[in-house]
Amino acid sequence: MAVLNMVEAIRSGLADEMARDERIMLLGQDIGVNGGVFRATDGLQERFGEERVVDMPLAEAVIVGSAVGMACSGLVPIPELQFLGFGSQAFHQIEGQVARMRFRSQGRVPMPIVIRAPLGGNVRTPELHSDAHEAKYAGAAGLKVVMPATARDAKGMLLEAIRDPDPVLFCEPLRGYRLIKDEVPEYEYTVPLGTARTAREGDDVVVVAWSTAVVVAERAAAQAAEEGISARVLDLRSLVPLDTEALREAAAACGRALVVHEATLTSGFGAEVVATIQEEAFWSLEAPIGRIAAPDTPYPIASVEELYVPSVERVLAGIRQVVGAAP
Amino acid sequence: MIAGTAGGVAEPRQLLSPDGTLADGAAEALDDEALLSAWRMMVFSRTFDERAFSLQRQGRLGTFSPVNGEEAAVIGSSWALDPGRDWVVPQYRELPAMLRQGYDLRRALRYFVGDPAGNDMGEGVRVLPYQISLAAQIPHAVGLAWGLRHQGSDGVVLVFFGEGASSEGDAHEAMNLAGVRRAPVIFLLKNNGWAISTPVSKQTAAASLAARASGVGFPGELVDGNDLFAVHDATACAVERARAGEGPTLIEARTYRMGPHNTSDDPTRYVDPAELERRREFDPVDRVRRYLTARGLVDAASEEALRAQVEVEIDAAVADVEGGPAPGVNAVFDHVYANPPPRVIEQRAAATGEG
Repeated sequence: MAVLNMVEAIRSGLADEMARDERIMLLGQDIGVNGGVFRATDGLQERFGEERVVDMPLAEAVIVGSAVGMACSGLVPIPELQFLGFGSQAFHQIEGQVARMRFRSQGRVPMPIVIRAPLGGNVRTPELHSDAHEAKYAGAAGLKVVMPATARDAKGMLLEAIRDPDPVLFCEPLRGYRLIKDEVPEYEYTVPLGTARTAREGDDVVVVAWSTAVVVAERAAAQAAEEGISARVLDLRSLVPLDTEALREAAAACGRALVVHEATLTSGFGAEVVATIQEEAFWSLEAPIGRIAAPDTPYPIASVEELYVPSVERVLAGIRQVVGAAP
Repeated sequence: MIAGTAGGVAEPRQLLSPDGTLADGAAEALDDEALLSAWRMMVFSRTFDERAFSLQRQGRLGTFSPVNGEEAAVIGSSWALDPGRDWVVPQYRELPAMLRQGYDLRRALRYFVGDPAGNDMGEGVRVLPYQISLAAQIPHAVGLAWGLRHQGSDGVVLVFFGEGASSEGDAHEAMNLAGVRRAPVIFLLKNNGWAISTPVSKQTAAASLAARASGVGFPGELVDGNDLFAVHDATACAVERARAGEGPTLIEARTYRMGPHNTSDDPTRYVDPAELERRREFDPVDRVRRYLTARGLVDAASEEALRAQVEVEIDAAVADVEGGPAPGVNAVFDHVYANPPPRVIEQRAAATGEG
């Protein structure tokens, strides 16, 4: 197996699928000659041509909206949003059209779209790029929301998302594009949507996370181990479908849980995780479930973003608090 | 002439004058068979508007937006398509164009009674579902046209929207992309003067919406939207260009909404009755009737017979729909996902009592 970083794994997944299925079209800003601002599509226009790897006008709504019509024509479009922070400019097309066209047309109009978008911050982008908006998409019924945290999962879940007839928002951890590296099989494989992954074993507390927060949770868990706390890390991998069984099992096994995410606390997807755990495993809980999130303030400009996004120290403090809590 | 515009902008192109006189040579594109089928749809549409209103007032139909006044714009344009390869992307006031493409009247009635099955356009019917989030359909039309062409089809796409929706960002984004991709799409902008109660003067300072095409690099044409022949001719030319790979066209069909926005709207709050009366002189159905009457192709008796036949057809469809099964709780879950998440499967089981 080769060790690939996140962006290489995604590029490899796109290339393999485009070679397999000529209906696949890539649409996005700067994805052609430039290979994408993060190089996720580097070399793909050269290999598959300008008709299939298309540099689009700077207009998110029509990048996504034209994909709806393209899907109706029988193609499999993969539009890219350069940053999920700009997804708001296509939100009406994603939530109002992509997510519900299959439903509204009584299954007549296929919607096998995968919208790719880098998610999250801490890479010193200018303002408005970095917001972790995943919860509002998880609330868009009809859409699946996928959040890989390893290179292996990124490729395997991308292939699964492309082959799934339902529309998928595929969020790529921006900070992890080059930071995250792991072994990616050279053979063809897929990773099913809706199955969480145990990123680290442990039985005192489960730290639930997704996307870049998984890396932060793993580091905090490693430090907690030095203090004698055995922290499990559960990587949800997708928010929709949600692996409620894995949440139940982990919470029941550990009796204590902490949720970590980059989005603001209020209405973050952590609230959904907490509610699910209390529904599924309330009688196994030994302490209130903790949440570590960004404060309920807008994502700040670069120099203070490290103080905004959950840090290893904050997650470790959260672990200590949940583990130390007693009635 | 319909609305003339100030500022030196051209008057809308007209072929059939309000008194029913057709310009020389204009009869060629629309032969008598096509013309009479268009006439039949005009009569159908007026009759259906009246019947739908009456059913809505009796509580038998949900919200309905009448075509009243826009028949030439909707029918003239869609009659330039080949339903066997071309698509209609509607907004919500283009039932005649959808029927022409093969959408079944019973399905239409199901939609208006609030049954989701009505949004299924039917096997092989090249029509997208109604669009209620205005202008969102315009990017879809561009992607559809582009996708057809990418796969070697010579089909074209006719997308409808109004002057109100033309203010949305999606309208601009979509037209801009269509220009770049030379997508085989015809943007049929029905400027009916009103977005519910907002007059076009408060919608835009532009004297011509057709002129927007020059800003995105393709032709735009202003036509008299109450003139069946002019709309048909402009659309037929645009279809020919699109099929030949010459890209998109914007057609502004300047018309007038002679009825309310929909069954919930009371236009007496904002429409000047004298203005409405003046506009009635340009009624698109009257105009075609005058032309056909002068040519001896229709008379009062044949129109009455046609209307009676249409009423029977509508009544039979209404009876079928009202006698059919009402949608149940499965309609809340059907077709949302091809592979539903476990939670949705559980929710369905609980809702249907099968859990």
